[in-house]
Amino acid sequence: MQGFGLLSLLIWLPIVAGLVVLALGERNIAAGRWVALGASVATLLAAIPLATGFDTGTASYQFVERLPWIPAFNSYYALGVDGISLPLILLTAFMTIPVIVAGWNVIETRPAQYFASFLIMEGLMIGVFAAMDALLFYFFWEAMLIPMFLIIGVWGGPRRVYATIKFFLYTFFGSVFMLVALIYMYLKAGDYSIASFHALPLTLQEQIWIFLAFLLAFAVKVPMWPVHTWLPDAHVEAPTGGSVILAAIMLKMGGYGFLRFSLPIAPDASRELDLLIIALSLIAVIYIGFVALVQQDMKKLIAYSSIAHMGFVTLGAFVAYEILANTGGTQGAAMGMDGAMVQMISHGLVSGALFLCVGVMYDRLHSREISAYGGVINTMPKFAGFMVLFALANAGLPGTSGFVGEFLVILASFKANFWYALLAAVTLILGAAYTLWLVKRVIFGPVANEGVASMKDLNGREFAVLGVLAVAVLLLGVWPAPLLEMMRPSIENLVDLALRTKLSP
Amino acid sequence: MNPNLLLAIVLLPLAGAIIAGLGGRLVSRMAAAYVTIAGVAISCVLSLIVLKQIYWDGVPAFNGPVYTWLVSDGVTMQVGFLVDRLTALMMAVVTFVSLCVHVYTIGYMHDDPGFKRFFSYISLFTFSMLMLVMSNNFMQLFFGWEAVGVVSYLLIGFWYTRPSAIFANLKAFLVNRVGDFGFVLGIAGVLYYTGSLDYTAAFEAAPRIAQESFPLTSTTSVEALGLICILLFIGAMGKSAQVPLHVWLPDSMEGPTPISALIHAATMVTAGIFMVARMSPLFEHSELALNFVLIIGATTALFMGLLGIVNNDIKRVVAYSTLSQLGYMTVALGVSAYGAAIFHLMTHAFFKALLFLAAGSVIIGMHHEQDMRKMGGLAKYMPVTAVTCWIGALALIGTPFFSGFYSKDMIIEAAAASHRWAAPYAYWCVLIGVFVTALYTFRMLFLTFHGEERFRTAHAHAASHGGEGGHGESHGSADAHHHGGEPHESPPVVTVPLIALAIPSIFIGLFTVGPVLFGGYFGDSIFVLERNDVLAELGHEFHGPVAFALHGFITPTFWLALAGVVTAWVFFLWKPGLADRAAEALRPIRTILVNKYYFDWFNENVIARGSRLLGRALWRGGDQVLIDGALVNGTAATVGRFGGVVRLIQSGYLYSYAFWMFIGLAVLLGWFLLRS
Repeated sequence: MQGFGLLSLLIWLPIVAGLVVLALGERNIAAGRWVALGASVATLLAAIPLATGFDTGTASYQFVERLPWIPAFNSYYALGVDGISLPLILLTAFMTIPVIVAGWNVIETRPAQYFASFLIMEGLMIGVFAAMDALLFYFFWEAMLIPMFLIIGVWGGPRRVYATIKFFLYTFFGSVFMLVALIYMYLKAGDYSIASFHALPLTLQEQIWIFLAFLLAFAVKVPMWPVHTWLPDAHVEAPTGGSVILAAIMLKMGGYGFLRFSLPIAPDASRELDLLIIALSLIAVIYIGFVALVQQDMKKLIAYSSIAHMGFVTLGAFVAYEILANTGGTQGAAMGMDGAMVQMISHGLVSGALFLCVGVMYDRLHSREISAYGGVINTMPKFAGFMVLFALANAGLPGTSGFVGEFLVILASFKANFWYALLAAVTLILGAAYTLWLVKRVIFGPVANEGVASMKDLNGREFAVLGVLAVAVLLLGVWPAPLLEMMRPSIENLVDLALRTKLSP
Repeated sequence: MNPNLLLAIVLLPLAGAIIAGLGGRLVSRMAAAYVTIAGVAISCVLSLIVLKQIYWDGVPAFNGPVYTWLVSDGVTMQVGFLVDRLTALMMAVVTFVSLCVHVYTIGYMHDDPGFKRFFSYISLFTFSMLMLVMSNNFMQLFFGWEAVGVVSYLLIGFWYTRPSAIFANLKAFLVNRVGDFGFVLGIAGVLYYTGSLDYTAAFEAAPRIAQESFPLTSTTSVEALGLICILLFIGAMGKSAQVPLHVWLPDSMEGPTPISALIHAATMVTAGIFMVARMSPLFEHSELALNFVLIIGATTALFMGLLGIVNNDIKRVVAYSTLSQLGYMTVALGVSAYGAAIFHLMTHAFFKALLFLAAGSVIIGMHHEQDMRKMGGLAKYMPVTAVTCWIGALALIGTPFFSGFYSKDMIIEAAAASHRWAAPYAYWCVLIGVFVTALYTFRMLFLTFHGEERFRTAHAHAASHGGEGGHGESHGSADAHHHGGEPHESPPVVTVPLIALAIPSIFIGLFTVGPVLFGGYFGDSIFVLERNDVLAELGHEFHGPVAFALHGFITPTFWLALAGVVTAWVFFLWKPGLADRAAEALRPIRTILVNKYYFDWFNENVIARGSRLLGRALWRGGDQVLIDGALVNGTAATVGRFGGVVRLIQSGYLYSYAFWMFIGLAVLLGWFLLRS
């Protein structure tokens, strides 16, 4: 039994710091801000040994901690990382900093509570990715909803109550079924360890029920069509920081869930129902692409674009079964899953950056309407440069991170079925259309009105935030090899788990 | 060959672009210009050294990786270079042409507030184009492919406050993306059959893939290699503006004139031509794909040329001419005369850049007027521009001894010699195209430089004139001149490059046709099956460039070109009234041509509007009415009603709860008992 370690630090450091900020209160917000920033930076620094000390030669969990948690249920406080969770933990630790910095003196009502919410949420989100025990996972998974619920509900826009309720009901509705599935497996396996769920023999019937229960939970989070309509509402009402975390990290939990639970626990059901997921993914790419095209609200547009991009994650994860069916081999399966993972990381950076860009404009003109802008480049040339870069990354330009995941998934899909690849590749056209049309209307053109004429270019703080993200987006686009190297053994292991059968012959 | 040398060729322009673009206040205007020019100049010199090493010194081709981009599923994707004779030639052309633009830009963009930005973009373009031509794998090819597209997007929209410019750049990018959509699927097909993205692996596997058939549905299948090649070629159709993906190129003329000349005529648009030549080991094994290429190219060559006859905007006439000439190159590819395509690419780069810059000079001289109906008789006022433009025109129409003659005649001869089933169609298209080319080219010359001086009467209306001819370039150094006054010759900064380009436009064909086409210049960098090798057949009849040119006078091509010139003379110089009467008589055809075969109309009204309608229908109908309305809020309403019922149970009385607990316990116990 190993005691507390690095992963616990990553979880509890931001949470404790969040409580400190709360305790300092609104009166000491000047100190509170620095505590928040210091804690988020310290968390990222603490995550660095996680990355450097990570052994890329094995698929097994590393940095493992295991303490009894609820002995009555044989549940452990068990933490660990592998090549699938590590990149997501790094992403979480990375993305919280821009959120804190971006909200620095922009948030006027109850800033201490605002920063505290994000810090606590950071710890809980890292907990979701680090948990090796399903009950602990579920605890973090549900607990994480509370700060997000508050962030939208307290600092949100005019329709925030509708959005919060919709957000909460949707995600809670999905999670409940997951809990039922987890309890069912606990009753069969005798403990809550995710690894023993992976090993648990299940009949096809059982697997299908479990798969569907998971599907409800994860599909809502991703979100997949047709349970996606909470996302645009939540994004529109959420404050900038809330949108960033929602898009960058929370949506990834759905994708992570598919990779960690659905595929290895219910491999036969996944094989039976893979066409359902593939169909929903392709609908997300195309249907949602068209919907994104006609949005009038910048945040809605990026929200819909997120759904379309996350379609690549689910497509990449499930295309493995069709590759096996079509070619008789597993060559290409890992490429699809690699693509899904890279797409998640990249989308975290790019959509986060785009929401920050919208936030920068919103802070100046207090409007999210595309029609309220036009010719922003004339008054904010530096900002325009960043916005165009992130837009191009969102459109999947090679050399940016947005390309890598989509490219790998399209390559893998071709192995499964030409038509999947063809439909997925439509994103090249649609993604460019909705993103660059947005850029054309907002950034380019003559100065549209007095509001735009009065906009000031980025200040140092905003420049630093967008600059760091731009570097990350380009670096991942130009040299994705280290990320793939980090994931390789775990993805190979996942392919083995996902493509075996749990049914007795 | 030293890989660091190759790396320097690529990275110097990139470094220049970064310094000029991101240097901010640390880098002054002229510093930005000098840094980028230095970078591209060194890159150009090094490229010429590479060309020398590889052609004269017999250094073997270089094929090696630079770094590993990623490894996924056992597939290693690398960034790497393949530098053989084909690449070396392209590198020399790209860096040389790019260097010319850099120098020309100092003068042309002198007073533009975006001076540094412009230098940053064109250096970035050079980097991207070099990555494209030097790649040894499909991933990097796609990187360069999209990167030049993005820089082109930025450059067409360089003057971002103009609505027409930002419309044109979005259109250009999206149309190119339609091509890239096919391209990426083609790349996926290569990976599917070879398990690698390296050229070498794909080329080796080509004969094997040619034997396979690819199942499209459970019942139908297609020739696998044909499918891959056609998908790759769709990418080329976007980049090299072939019908029906040509629509972006005429609109791209919204960018500054040096860009039109050097990116949208000489380098980027030839990327598709280069790509197919590079992929000759793949295309050669697929008759299906080559016939497809042939039909698309021939159609573009003839039908885009026809549009040049009815357009009145001088820059757009040259743009349509570019489309038509790209069609000629594509025809050459389609008949397996890859060498001829690259040769025409090279000669065309010189004389088309010349024509564009001459058009730019006319536009400056006419105080930002682009409508040829308001010109006429300019030869008297702009002698240097007129003479150089004549040279470009003579080269374009294929006058014997001029550079265009050698490359274009070779394509026509190759089409005649080819045995492909689409070859007769292509032959007639390119042959009639000769007449059409001569007609629109000399119409442009006569309307601009000769005949009645129409600018005096027309000029008063110029200010209020809108539409196609109205987008005069109001930026740049030309801005110093204001409307009004006589047309005048352009300053030396413009005329000197014209003269510099006029010289190769005359001579380059004469001196290089022998070695490039028949001297085995390309060696094994271009692969042609023996039975397809039309250039080898033509080689038997080739007895030196002079004899070839003299023979050119007695071919139908020459007489067709002459007929075109005479027709232009009759209609636009001798009896100008005839042109109007002919237009009246041919009104239906003219209407089709003026509307550019309704491609733009279709794209805007059917595709763009249809997409928006579909998007709105899915959003309002699907998301809001069906999912949110019926499903979500419907569920919420149901839950609400259910809650109403439950509320009756939740009375708050203790005995009531006790009662329900008892009932529940009984049900649970009963269930467990029944189960066991």
